[in-house]
Amino acid sequence: MPLQVDGLTLVIGGERLIDGISLTITEPGISVVMGFNGAGKSLFLRLLHGLVPQSAGSVHWAGKANSEDVRRRQAMVFQTPVLLRRSAAANIDFALKVQGLGSARRRDELLELVGLSGLADRPARLLSGGEQQRLALARALSCRPEVLFLDEPTANLDPASVALIEETLNGAAADGMKIIFVTHDVGQARRLGAEIVFLHHGKVEEQSPASAFFAKPASSVAQAYLEGRIVI
Amino acid sequence: MAFGLLATADADLMEIIGLSLRVSLTALLISCLIGLPLGALVATCRFRGRSALLVLMNALMGLPPVVVGLIVYLYLSRSGPLGWMQLLYTPTAMIIAQTILITPIIAALSRQILEDMHEEYSEQFRSMNVPWRAEIAALLWDGRFSLMTVALAGFGRSIAEVGAVIIVGGNIDHLTRVMTTAIALETSKGDLPLALALGLVLLVIALAVNALAFVMRQAASKFAYG
Ligand SMILES: Nc1ncnc2c1ncn2[C@@H]1O[C@H](COP(=O)(O)OP(=O)(O)O)[C@@H](O)[C@H]1O
Ligand SMILES: [Mg+2]
Repeated sequence: MPLQVDGLTLVIGGERLIDGISLTITEPGISVVMGFNGAGKSLFLRLLHGLVPQSAGSVHWAGKANSEDVRRRQAMVFQTPVLLRRSAAANIDFALKVQGLGSARRRDELLELVGLSGLADRPARLLSGGEQQRLALARALSCRPEVLFLDEPTANLDPASVALIEETLNGAAADGMKIIFVTHDVGQARRLGAEIVFLHHGKVEEQSPASAFFAKPASSVAQAYLEGRIVI
Repeated sequence: MAFGLLATADADLMEIIGLSLRVSLTALLISCLIGLPLGALVATCRFRGRSALLVLMNALMGLPPVVVGLIVYLYLSRSGPLGWMQLLYTPTAMIIAQTILITPIIAALSRQILEDMHEEYSEQFRSMNVPWRAEIAALLWDGRFSLMTVALAGFGRSIAEVGAVIIVGGNIDHLTRVMTTAIALETSKGDLPLALALGLVLLVIALAVNALAFVMRQAASKFAYG
């Protein structure tokens, strides 16, 4: 599902928070979006997913402008998972039912996939942070999205959950799902990324294949970022 | 003597208690059927006049029961616009008055709860393309514990109020006499044992309502459903 972004701009309160981004993403696999805190990564993801209306510019998926129909083939995992006040299993059931796909077998498969089979009946909000995020991932995968967005899903999670989530994403990407993954963890970007999009002050500073990016980033900001220097 | 009446399950006493519960529970049911969807609607939709509606809902929460009784009386009295229905001095009239009294409570309190939850869920739901009706249903279900305490608050108010039911019910023996109106009457007549017995029952109901609300809150926090 190739993505074409043209002059994408978001202005809030007179500030150009996303400042005329143009790019295309045609490669399958995992595209990692990086950048300092406040660079606009979360807003960029929301714009791509059509959760926030842009001030100017356009987003096209396989030639189609963003719409509810387009969003139906996408899913998103947020930084803090928003889970329903129900059991883990019921959270998946809800998502399946919304899409008219409800089946107990599919739900059990999804819980199995993220290692939560044993916790199916546990109230979702009593799960640990890592378990909650794995549940959110299972829920996002329930609609078999063509595009999956993740906004720093593993920040502050236990290593086992991080490993399981990364493994699940690699599996999904291998099956042809397009994944757009925001992280500011350089190690994680190295492990997952097929390509890196580096944002700075609401602009795309650089878009390169991961190997090239980590060998030598083209922009000085990204260079500084990788070296752990602060750029204001 | 008051305890004696209770212990022997005095027939008149039981009739009065039964009618009280029937009137207030029916009013509660209708109020929930109107108030919860209304609360959910205002919680999830942005429309012109919404703030005005909010102010109105909150103001109506404090409606004095006697005023509600008076208004319903005027509508239902023989010369009133709904006089032909001949409902004045019937349990139905009492149910109508109490419904008017507590619907704003159910609507306003549930609106607050549902709006907070809506704020939390809305982006996730938008991402999942959850249709509006499914969203409302999800909010009502996920807020079930908090909403039950709202219902209990409404029930507590209706079972204990006297001003509205005495005006539209008339406190007619074996027909519209409920606990609060009976207490008022028996006290003025000097029949204190019956008044005390009813007072005790009311007190127990109030305590039970509060205990139940407490249990709800405990359950909600135990499952992190608050
Ligand atoms: N709703 C909003 N209103 C105003 N400013 C916002 C809003 N959301 C984000 N911002 C600002 O936009 C900038 C980018 O935010 P964000 O996309 O969350 O950054 P990142 O995810 O890269 O850390 C930040 O300076 C942030 O304060
Ligand atoms: Mg962010």
